[in-house]
Amino acid sequence: MDPFMLLLLALLAFMIIGSLIAAETEDLLSSVVCVGAIGAGLAIIDLFLGAPDLAITQVVVEILCVAILIRVVLNRKDETHRTHKDTFAVGSVLLFLGVLLVLGGWAMTTLHPFGEPLLAGDQPGVAQQYLTNGLQDTGAANYVMAVLLDYRAYDTLGEATVIFVSIIGAYVILRQRGKLRHDTGNESDS
Amino acid sequence: MTQGMSLIVKTITRLVTSFITLFGIYIVLYGHVSPGGGFAGGVILSAGMILLLLAFGREQTMKIISHSALVIWDSAGALAFLTVAVVGYLAGDFFINFLSTGEPYRLASAGTIPLSNMAIGAKVGAGLFGVFLALAIFRPGRHQEEE
Repeated sequence: MDPFMLLLLALLAFMIIGSLIAAETEDLLSSVVCVGAIGAGLAIIDLFLGAPDLAITQVVVEILCVAILIRVVLNRKDETHRTHKDTFAVGSVLLFLGVLLVLGGWAMTTLHPFGEPLLAGDQPGVAQQYLTNGLQDTGAANYVMAVLLDYRAYDTLGEATVIFVSIIGAYVILRQRGKLRHDTGNESDS
Repeated sequence: MTQGMSLIVKTITRLVTSFITLFGIYIVLYGHVSPGGGFAGGVILSAGMILLLLAFGREQTMKIISHSALVIWDSAGALAFLTVAVVGYLAGDFFINFLSTGEPYRLASAGTIPLSNMAIGAKVGAGLFGVFLALAIFRPGRHQEEE
């Protein structure tokens, strides 16, 4: 096999092992560190596949996420309890997982091979259109930005709205002012 | 001021934070020429501020930028991005690149793309740092004195 594919598969195995540890470990802090390791693996894969924009974003967002998660997790005990495992539940989960694997493997055979995007085929598709006309149309040397902020700027507006709404949601959950207090009746709201 | 981390961390932070901020501004401004862009640059800016917050504690950081100022920056970035879209609508079509595309590979090129990058950078940077600051200052079970 191609050594490049072997490298990618090794990184993929590293990420899968990391996510299994993150899901199964008892300690929340170790789980957060494993999530950071998965993000680092994904950033390296992005670099090898020739997507530096994505790699930069992945690295910085992962660092920020790990910092926020450590801040949240640090003073907190794991409050989950082990539940008794039912044979029927485990059996049905395994059965449906097997069905999903078989169907997914069957569906994989009909997909395009890895590394040959559908839009850049022998037919001059939309990707070829962007590569040919991008510089004259937008004047941006970075074609990723040309697609993100010119050709597909409406998508980016939706993305920005999602971030805006989630940040407002975080403020609403974390706020102190304006919350109803059920324990004390005589205290006046500030 | 005994808040924050040790003297070593504070000294290194003092040296490094300005360079991190400068790099974030560079990533935002040159998003249309080199890899990067508004989102990544904004996250780098907020990461520099988070380093400051972790090293010096929240009182020192709130002297530089308060939480309400962060909310204003966040909303202003979102509004600026929407303004670019709506002005494009007035010039012909939603999100049309109404400025001249200019000479490629220069800083002043690509029409509205640098403007959108700056708006997204301000929005993402202020918003993500605001969430971290909110986690630091809004403690459960205690009234919030400082604003």
